[in-house]
Amino acid sequence: MTNNPAAKNAVSTTNACKLCTPLGASLAFKGVEGAVPFLHGSQGCATYMRRYIISHFREPIDIASSALGEKQAVYGGGPNLKKGILNVMKKYSPSLVGVASTCLTETIGDDMGLILHEFREEFSDLDLPEVVHVSTPSYQGTHSDGFHRAVHALTDQLADPEAEKNERIALFPGMVSPAEIRLLKDIFREYGLTPTVLPDISDTLDGPALEDYEPVASGGTPVADIKALPGAAASVEFGSCLPRESGGTCLEKRFGVLNTRLPIPLGVRACDDFYDALAELSGSCIPRRYEQERGRLVDAYVDGHKYVFGKRAVVYGEENLVVALTAFLAEIGVQPVLVGTGAEGKRLAEAVESACGDLLREQPLVREGVDFHDIAEEAEALTPELVLGNSKGQRYARAWNAPLIRAGFPIHDRFGGQRLKGIGYEGTQELFDRIVNALIDKKQSDSPIGWGYI
Amino acid sequence: MTNDSTILDERRAQVFRSGSGDIDIACNRQSLAGAVSQRACVFCGSRVVLYPIADALHLVHGPVGCAAYTWDIRGALSSGPELHRLSFTTDLREKDIIFGGEPKLEAALLELIERNKPKAAFVYSTCIVGLIGDDMEAVCRRVEEKTGIPVLPVQSEGFKGSKREGYLAACKAMFRLVGTADISDVPELSVNIFGDFNIAGETWIIKDYLERMGLTVVASVTGDGRVDDIRRIHGASLNMVQCSGATLDLAKMIEEKFGKPHCRVSWLGIEDMAESLYKVAEHFAHLDPGIMERTADLVRSELGKIMPGLARYRADLEGKKAAVYVGGAFKAFSLIKSFRHLGMEVAVVGSQTGTKEDYAELAEVTDPGTIIVDDANPLELQEFIKEKDVDVFVGGVKERPIAFKLGVGFCDHNHERKIPLEGFEGMLNFAREVHASAMSPVWNFVPRREARHRDVGKECGHDE
Repeated sequence: MTNNPAAKNAVSTTNACKLCTPLGASLAFKGVEGAVPFLHGSQGCATYMRRYIISHFREPIDIASSALGEKQAVYGGGPNLKKGILNVMKKYSPSLVGVASTCLTETIGDDMGLILHEFREEFSDLDLPEVVHVSTPSYQGTHSDGFHRAVHALTDQLADPEAEKNERIALFPGMVSPAEIRLLKDIFREYGLTPTVLPDISDTLDGPALEDYEPVASGGTPVADIKALPGAAASVEFGSCLPRESGGTCLEKRFGVLNTRLPIPLGVRACDDFYDALAELSGSCIPRRYEQERGRLVDAYVDGHKYVFGKRAVVYGEENLVVALTAFLAEIGVQPVLVGTGAEGKRLAEAVESACGDLLREQPLVREGVDFHDIAEEAEALTPELVLGNSKGQRYARAWNAPLIRAGFPIHDRFGGQRLKGIGYEGTQELFDRIVNALIDKKQSDSPIGWGYI
Repeated sequence: MTNDSTILDERRAQVFRSGSGDIDIACNRQSLAGAVSQRACVFCGSRVVLYPIADALHLVHGPVGCAAYTWDIRGALSSGPELHRLSFTTDLREKDIIFGGEPKLEAALLELIERNKPKAAFVYSTCIVGLIGDDMEAVCRRVEEKTGIPVLPVQSEGFKGSKREGYLAACKAMFRLVGTADISDVPELSVNIFGDFNIAGETWIIKDYLERMGLTVVASVTGDGRVDDIRRIHGASLNMVQCSGATLDLAKMIEEKFGKPHCRVSWLGIEDMAESLYKVAEHFAHLDPGIMERTADLVRSELGKIMPGLARYRADLEGKKAAVYVGGAFKAFSLIKSFRHLGMEVAVVGSQTGTKEDYAELAEVTDPGTIIVDDANPLELQEFIKEKDVDVFVGGVKERPIAFKLGVGFCDHNHERKIPLEGFEGMLNFAREVHASAMSPVWNFVPRREARHRDVGKECGHDE
């Protein structure tokens, strides 16, 4: 079955299982210190995406727009882009403006590279911020592609070839939560390593209450650290379906920084790979703290295995996350029956098969380029008992009367999406507890007895 | 005083202070590049107006984002079909952009109509469709012939203006339906509800009042909306138009073609609610002499139900200050009055799409010194909130984190809300919402508020 990653057979899309490319780019730019994401296009794109992102992170999300009107759509958006950056400079004093294109500006053929070159010449007398640009027409790929393209653009366009050798490790974590980035930084520290995390949304998208309003939220990867990436000792990036051109491969190809691609460290095996990699990079063994965490996680796997064994699960969402979730389900004895993503051309079936190894008695159906309508059509016959993914599958999980374990982006119908953890032994433990408890909760509410003691 | 550097020079004419001379506020402008406007686009305007028509297919012809970001985000309830809660798109790809999206649009429409059996289909154009020049009219006509249901193009290319142009495009699309069904059974004592979106069931509250007054509601445009009702809109004797012009264009079209008048109403707050009902009753008084008395009874009995509750909330809220930033200015008028009922003053008021007349009226009804702003942005709003030191902010999701970061309470008055704020009972809900935020003990822990308490402490000589 896995050799048949059937694409959807419908022409239309109902309830898409993906978002558009500029949204992903905006998220990535939000993880750079002093950065303002800027969408080159119509005003609506920026506003819609802001609302969508705010509803997940519950933080101010300022995304500027070149706010093109009909005239600019005909004569070109260059003047608006330049003026827009100048206005952002006046109000936000950004250290970086991350410009992402939209379907409008890609189609009218605005050459952002050229426009920005002109901009730098024209205003060379001003103290200009760094301006990084990325091509993200929404008819090409998904938000995940937009995110990775922006990370690549940041690395490629800011990296200083003259950067001095240093001991830092470049970490490209992908689309993980602010809480997960904080956790990753802790783990690196425990190994005595200093990471440059790109992007680092740990503070910018999950900030504290402050005395005064910050035009640009504090935190994020300092631009100087991005410039210094070519001098890094090594780089690590997470994901099983990453594009060929990524932050890590850029550093490796252009500057010879050894890049290690690891699956998202979720589940015992993926975590082991990650902690082993850190041990190798640092030359030290696993700290006792993590040995204990791992031990407790395995202990919990044993304590909880009967609640979850054989449960039939549907997993959907961003391609790298679904592979990680599926591999984790495989090791706790849940049977993934359907794995779907809205993305295409990701070799998802291969990634799932290789990540699950021989733990599964039966491989799940793996589907790329699907919407929720397609997922539901196949899932119904598979009688799912557990659903893992973002908030957008809520109506389906409800229809199947199966608990939905929320993971990834967006979480629009629960509180604290920005603080969810699934990675590392610690995050995996949290996720495992959530799954076991969701199944116990269902058993309780389905039972006339109530089961006060399970 | 406001830190003037917060306002970009080109936006200065869009900010005004009540009592500082004659108002001459600039508005209805294209948003300034780089200003981080809270506004959306033409497509958004159309989508908002047509969204609650629950038995129609709403197909977004464009790339995936425009459809994804408008999927089931509004609290518009339906008493029957719920097609409006699904998100349909042609999800255009690179090859469609190069070779044209018409074949995909036609195939998608046929497929979705077959699968979902809608009463009509609205097809929204997006920026990209305006650029590649798909002939949506022609495709819609072909599909209409094949399927036998109305297939209505909505010319809502995002970049062709602001939300307002989107309202007009939506009204034009709906107007094609008007007059296409029999109205011989529509009684003379009949009305249409315009510009109400049945957020959290609000249309049902209003409909209940109108029915108790003895009126028949022919159609609600578009809350809990139905295609067949819209076909019969022209049968009703009066169109009651709420909201800042979202459906005003349609009312004008109907007036022109079918000679049915319209009146402006607001279902928010006690005065506007009662006044609107009386206005409608007056319109029918010559046909039904008892209607004025029934309306008075209704207002009296509904007020009786909420007044004790309101008084309790007012006791706590008296003297507090509010900021209001909404999509349409019309809502702001009712909110200012509502806050007065709670003993509160509105110190900042603004809208995304207000007109010169709207702002002139706001200048008149607000206290001297009130900040009036058109098409604001987060940095301006946070500056105004701080300057006026407000206790509660009323707005939508995009304004919420600005208020919260500043330690200011918040009341969601946008379409995402899940609590009815219209009608008399809505006023009580509104008071409860404002109260629940303004009176929360959490503000004691917010640094900006802590600092204020510290300052108070210093003045009282408690500081060491």
